[in-house]
Amino acid sequence: MPPRHPDRTIMEIDTSELPGIAADLLRDGHRLALVAAHHDDDSAPGGRALRVVYLLTAGPPDSRIELHVRLDAALPELPTLAHRSFPAGRFEREMHDLHGVRILDHPLPRRLVRHFHWPKGWYPMRPDAGPAPAFGEQEGPYPFLEVEGEGVYEIPVGPVHAGLIEPGHFRFSVVGETILKLKARLWFVHKGIEKLFQQRTIDAGLPLAERISGDTAVGHALAYCLAVEEATGIEVPPQAQRARALLLELERLYNHVTDLGALCNDVGHGILNAQALRVREQLLRLNENVTGHRLLRGGVIPGGATLRAVPDPEHLRAVRDDVSEIVSLALGHSTVRDRFTGTASLSLDAVRDLGCLGYVARASGLAHDARTAHPFTAHQPPTMAVRTTGDVLARFLVRAEEFDTSVDLVAQFAGDLQPGTARNPLPPPGAPARDSGVGIVEGWRGTITTRVELAADATLARVKPVDPSFFNWPALPLALADTIVPDFPLTNKSFNLSYAGNDL
Amino acid sequence: MNVIGYTAVVAQVALVVAGAPLLTGLMRQVRAKLEGRAGAGLIQPWRDVRKLLRKQPITPTGTGPAFRAAPALLVATAAVVAALIPLVSTQTPVRRHADLIVVVALLALGTVALALAGLDSGTAFGGMGSSREMTVAGLVEPTMLLAVFALSIPAGTTNLPAIVSGAIHDPTRLASPAGLLATAALAVAVLAEAGRIPVDNPATHLELTMIHEAMVLEYAGPDLALVELGSQMRLTVLLGLLTSLFAPWGIATSATWTALAIALVLFALKVAALGAVLAAAEVFWAKVRLFRVPELLAGSFLLALLAVTASYFLSGTGGGL
Repeated sequence: MPPRHPDRTIMEIDTSELPGIAADLLRDGHRLALVAAHHDDDSAPGGRALRVVYLLTAGPPDSRIELHVRLDAALPELPTLAHRSFPAGRFEREMHDLHGVRILDHPLPRRLVRHFHWPKGWYPMRPDAGPAPAFGEQEGPYPFLEVEGEGVYEIPVGPVHAGLIEPGHFRFSVVGETILKLKARLWFVHKGIEKLFQQRTIDAGLPLAERISGDTAVGHALAYCLAVEEATGIEVPPQAQRARALLLELERLYNHVTDLGALCNDVGHGILNAQALRVREQLLRLNENVTGHRLLRGGVIPGGATLRAVPDPEHLRAVRDDVSEIVSLALGHSTVRDRFTGTASLSLDAVRDLGCLGYVARASGLAHDARTAHPFTAHQPPTMAVRTTGDVLARFLVRAEEFDTSVDLVAQFAGDLQPGTARNPLPPPGAPARDSGVGIVEGWRGTITTRVELAADATLARVKPVDPSFFNWPALPLALADTIVPDFPLTNKSFNLSYAGNDL
Repeated sequence: MNVIGYTAVVAQVALVVAGAPLLTGLMRQVRAKLEGRAGAGLIQPWRDVRKLLRKQPITPTGTGPAFRAAPALLVATAAVVAALIPLVSTQTPVRRHADLIVVVALLALGTVALALAGLDSGTAFGGMGSSREMTVAGLVEPTMLLAVFALSIPAGTTNLPAIVSGAIHDPTRLASPAGLLATAALAVAVLAEAGRIPVDNPATHLELTMIHEAMVLEYAGPDLALVELGSQMRLTVLLGLLTSLFAPWGIATSATWTALAIALVLFALKVAALGAVLAAAEVFWAKVRLFRVPELLAGSFLLALLAVTASYFLSGTGGGL
């Protein structure tokens, strides 16, 4: 058996022990990073079962603890952890919808992934699910909570929107212009990615990982590769790890500058968006030089990394000066600043309770960054951008500061990198293997966690990626309470959550 | 006199109808150039109108006469206003009817028609847009009335051609405190009425932030072409009203062909220049929070009130009203 990640421990426990152990770990400062269900057949070491894996992480120091629970394959039933962890409740609902696991005593036993037309009793992640059937008999009603009272009306928005954005349905309950309640219904772009991963070779899994969320190609590809490398036990050359860290920061750069401009555009200050888009285009061309793809696909590969060119630090510093000017112009504009300040603020308590990640969490004061908590190279960001107000302005400022830090990091990485491929070979397809691995990466949106299990012939038995959007979506309605309707697009942009990464 | 007068009216309306899309094209082009973009060109709005007119007319199920009548009403009111106000000549056959209260009421009629159409569509966006538009309109109309009142006090009448020809013959009226205050107040009111930044963003795709666009989301094809044309005509007419009241030079006060020709050219230049200035200014502005719009409009109302007060006390001819 290849070596596991030195910081990962696996505990096989009984369902009755689960709530207690999980509660202890959560109290110790661990967060629930991932929950994945596995349908083990008779050839598995423990025999036929529905095995649920809970991954809890903390850091620094890097700690990864897995709780494995085995359920009856014919009638899987699981005690809920929703009372102790909000994300656990959502993972459980997802598991119910995709695997048909019954969750006992769940406080919100509503559907999450299952859309209206999914036929009753069909669970796509079960091994015997087969191809997707025709639209069938619905599984019970799927109502929105109706807010009642004088003058309350509903605004339904989406799933098709006016701009070029992804599909999601939002139901606002409004009095006058003030939002009383917002319900977001997602999973319109559920593509069955977890199912598509199964039985692919490791190399064939990479293009799929890069396409989980188009703007996070490096983040998801890297999390996938780190997980696969742990599962197969191959070492990655240090130079390749540095190249990966560089690509990760390049991805942060182009996405953050896009958001900085888009936030200005959403308050009607289009000129700064035009300038930000100009900078973005420069960065996308740089990306094309570096990896051959404008969105950085193909740079991170299992076992290593490949660079066509190394970015010029001087060029990036010029870009940083441009962005600093855009940011200072935005903050110096009284109307823009007024629109950002105090809009849709999210409290630190809410961030903690919901398990938010990335700039959303850091803007509310939660100092969490997987680059320091779960590092894969020795290089770490020197500072962490944290704000405490949790409003649109804080999310804008965190992005601006992270942009600067990332430019420094890229310059630092570029100093001792050469173009070319650095890679240790993977075991050949069909080689005997059976193990699991976990990859944790701070993508530009937040912490991405991917867990991989290999089959006996070294193909992918199960890949479970978790995008930070999965944790951050529930925070959006919370931040919007008592915000006015015309500020929703601005708030939504300040979160800029992925639909594709959430819906999988 | 009669031939030239009728020609002037026809020319005013024709110029507004033909020029309104070009003015919008010019403003978009100015904005694009200032933002470093290529822009779609001056005649893009006309191309859009042509495209929309070729489409099949459709109306959403469940909509009634308010929805169907609104586009025509919007264009008709803008056209009548274009005929009434002294854009190129004060010597027109309709000058006796060109009362400022009539003009403001006609513009309000167009606004109300569109707001009713928004409600008639029965969608959440239509209702939301109508509610916002009415909130803004309720604050804009009094400001417009007051600002023009301030100018009507020295003239002793609310008849627009009389006010304009009075200003041409006695330009000091415009440089007075009342004139300047009224200019500022009316300029803000025009921005709000025409749905420009900082009140509304005509270029946004964010349906939840829209005011004017939210009301007309359900329109398509020829109806949408009319709505677009109507909005563009209103902007042109409003800018034209501003130039006529505060920079009236060149407007024909005598019924001669040369005066009319000069007036036409000057009118086009003045409105184009004002539009370009507005578009350039908008680049540097941002849209204010919706709940700040009333503050802005209350401020402009206050300016208009001060203008009336100043006009009354300083001119000493307040009794004329």
